[in-house]
Amino acid sequence: MIEGVSIQVILTFTTVLFFIGLYGFLTRTHLIGILISLELMLNSEAINFVAVNKYLHPEFLQGAVFSLFILALAAAETALALAIILQVYRRTGSVDVKEVKELKY
Amino acid sequence: MEQILFYILAGTTLVAALLTVNTAKIYRAVVYLLIALLGIAGIYFQMNYDFMGAVQLSVYAGGVMVLLVYVVMLTEKVGEPIRRIAPFRRAIAGITVLLLMGLALFAIWKFDFQTLGNDSPVTVEQVGKAMLSYERNGFVLPFEVISVLLLAVMIGAIVIAKSKIQKNTDQ
Repeated sequence: MIEGVSIQVILTFTTVLFFIGLYGFLTRTHLIGILISLELMLNSEAINFVAVNKYLHPEFLQGAVFSLFILALAAAETALALAIILQVYRRTGSVDVKEVKELKY
Repeated sequence: MEQILFYILAGTTLVAALLTVNTAKIYRAVVYLLIALLGIAGIYFQMNYDFMGAVQLSVYAGGVMVLLVYVVMLTEKVGEPIRRIAPFRRAIAGITVLLLMGLALFAIWKFDFQTLGNDSPVTVEQVGKAMLSYERNGFVLPFEVISVLLLAVMIGAIVIAKSKIQKNTDQ
């Protein structure tokens, strides 16, 4: 835990970060832009896990370990999504969601 | 001191995140995201969880960022603004998000948290032992599932990015 910073302050910070990510997710039409917003949301969740673990249940390791798993999942998701984006670009010549009307092979 | 540092890190992260979702050029968004990720890594270090901060720096600020920069350079003319949705729709999205955020913050500040934190750091040894232990409070099953998932993603990414496609000519 951080001295002089209560858990409410940290949760407020992560909540604001999450909703900034959500705003980006709703307003972006660029596939990479959407992916970046998603990264922000996943990061705020990982901080939440660590903070709740540290402040409320310091005798367990659940939050600490699961934040690592979230990070691994986020990295995997990014790699796969970027491969798909690259393929979409080769097919349509653009990475805008408007161009991706069908995902049929 | 710790408090001031936290507020500086959190403020930097939030400003960088706002710029990330608002900038009109996608390459700048990636750079702002890098700043936000560095701020988040600093917060992990402050919470005495050094391993997570190091992983954040190496996986996110290193690996994911390189991937994003590469794909942006492969798909986009760097420096050109991207298409954005109409300001009216953006305002609607902003209002919706603000309402939801208010609800979440209200719930957080109303809840009575029983804080009993101590300042003992989470060491790499503890995390490693917990991940490989198959007893109570062990995480060997999720660890294995993540390993298989990473392998599948690796193969999937290679297959998807390598597969040749013929351009659609019937449009």
